[in-house]
Amino acid sequence: MKPRRLRRAVFARIPRAWLTPLAIIGLVVALAWIVVAFTASSFIPFSPTEQSLPRLQPPGGEALLGTDGLGRDVFSRLMAGAGVTIPLALLLVAVSTLVGVIVGAIAGFFGRWVDEALMRVTDLVMAFPTVILAMVIAASLGPSLFNAVIAGIVVSWPQYARVTRSLVLSLRTQNYVVAGRLLGYSPLRSLLRDILPNIAGPVLVLAALDIGTAILLLSGLSFLGLGAQPPTAEWGSMISEAMRNFDSWWIGVFPGLAILTVVMAFNFLGDSLRDILDPTSQTERESAGVAHAPAQAAGSDR
Amino acid sequence: MAAPTKRRYPAGSPLAGYLLRRLGTSVLLLLGVTLVTFILTNMVPGDPIAAALGEGASQNPVTVAAYVERHGLDQPLPVQYLTYLTNLVQGDLGTSLTTGRPVTEDLATAIPASFEVAIWSIIVSLCVGTALGTIAAYRRGQVSDQVVRVVSLIGLSVPTFWMALVSFHVFFLQLRIAPGSGRLSPMLTPPPTVTGMYTIDALLDGDLEVFADAAAHLVLPVLVLSLFTIGLLTRFVRTAVLEVLSADYVRAARAKGLSGPRVVFDYVLRGASLPILTIVGVAFGALLSGTVLVEAVFAWPGLGTYAYNSATALDLPGVMGVGLVVGVIYLVINFAVDLLYGVLDPRVRLA
Repeated sequence: MKPRRLRRAVFARIPRAWLTPLAIIGLVVALAWIVVAFTASSFIPFSPTEQSLPRLQPPGGEALLGTDGLGRDVFSRLMAGAGVTIPLALLLVAVSTLVGVIVGAIAGFFGRWVDEALMRVTDLVMAFPTVILAMVIAASLGPSLFNAVIAGIVVSWPQYARVTRSLVLSLRTQNYVVAGRLLGYSPLRSLLRDILPNIAGPVLVLAALDIGTAILLLSGLSFLGLGAQPPTAEWGSMISEAMRNFDSWWIGVFPGLAILTVVMAFNFLGDSLRDILDPTSQTERESAGVAHAPAQAAGSDR
Repeated sequence: MAAPTKRRYPAGSPLAGYLLRRLGTSVLLLLGVTLVTFILTNMVPGDPIAAALGEGASQNPVTVAAYVERHGLDQPLPVQYLTYLTNLVQGDLGTSLTTGRPVTEDLATAIPASFEVAIWSIIVSLCVGTALGTIAAYRRGQVSDQVVRVVSLIGLSVPTFWMALVSFHVFFLQLRIAPGSGRLSPMLTPPPTVTGMYTIDALLDGDLEVFADAAAHLVLPVLVLSLFTIGLLTRFVRTAVLEVLSADYVRAARAKGLSGPRVVFDYVLRGASLPILTIVGVAFGALLSGTVLVEAVFAWPGLGTYAYNSATALDLPGVMGVGLVVGVIYLVINFAVDLLYGVLDPRVRLA
């Protein structure tokens, strides 16, 4: 097939309503950053960790975006940083979603003391503001990117558990599910075949909006020195290094812009995804702040 | 927040029952918070004693023995937890490795400083968020609605610690219109401590110069910290207002010819205030999280800077102290929000 016809064939399948400016900008920027994340090592001009250039060079010279206090190329570090934060943030969200959905499904489906016990655990985690708890966990596990991801997973799975639980609870009594059980479906089959496919939408929206939060969390922990360790090129730690060279604005400004654009892209995407996947909450009924107000999203608890 | 526990509440008014149940949940969660910090303190990989005392002190057998004795580390875990609780109740959170002072003392001076920023940030975010959210709801689907949506999404996407750095650089170092770091200019003396919040203490003292200076120092931290919560509240207010706008009583108010502003303030926002209230607790949590990343940039001597200094120096007692105190503050705020909600909305009491 010729490229043009292929393009037409692909676009014809996408409903018009999906192609909002917000969704397109989000998709393009997010994809661009993901491509950078996986290809950075092949095109960056200098090693992100080698201290080979003159120190504190302003942008525009041999180093496109200047050099930092240790003579490392800011551009190379910036690009390499994408490959550190973005894949880890995706991993963090994927694992949290998996854990949260499993726990929530078990709690919602089996009810009684299982539900009670699991939900009290989510209460415990959610009794802390997320960054604070993540900071405390990362500090006690010891500073490393791996531990920062663990801390991120610990603080973010409960929101998925809550949402999954409340969705499972409301679906469990639906006629088609009950009918399946009467036909002799095992609880597991009922859960896997009848219930879980129907909660994928809201969970996916939550996960998409959570990617941005995960990137902010990982870079924030690295800013605190609890994530990436020197000399790793990570955006948060680059900003924290910039605090030591206050007059050289380029060291801190660019990594911040990188975080801002990539988080914004994923938030645009997630927000657009909600309009598409969540027919009950088309723009007028959209529940704001799902990603940040899990208690609200879980609804049935209030 | 916690689901209402299925306990029978004492006879009497449903409000009292509701308050008691909420209090019960909060006390349980409070114990939970201490349990979490206890577990984390004991889960430290390697040697928890070395982590709590620091490299130097852990070489000294006398210090180590005293530490083991005080925390009952030779006892079984449940007993250790009780000892931990007893120490907490007596205000003993250990000794900071960075400042060398008891963590409790450090936190006592840090809390009011953070509280001052947080309170002003909540006020600013509520005002801006309510205004933006209401405008967006009224103009649903129009350009201004789209603009507000994008602005609020950007607010949720900004790395606050970076924004703090950039704004400090631009407004202090370049434009020179913002005062420097800290809570007060160096040549001024802090007002006599009443609340610990400089703006209020200065007013109580009648010292307008100090008040103006303290207020000027607050502007940048408050604005930077509010970005995220403004985004959060805007989106929430928009939803809440949309819900109310389709209600019959609002249509009736319009039909009988009340003026636009009157309908907005007396009917729409009043109706939307309850759902908005529920998000304030969440917003406060976001603010407390934000302080940890923002305060250090402005050298604001609050919980955030303390957490930053403790975290970067791997000072575990300091970090744990902040975690515990912030957990408790968050719990109290959510409890207060729930109480207010129960008082304002009779339906909740019966839930």
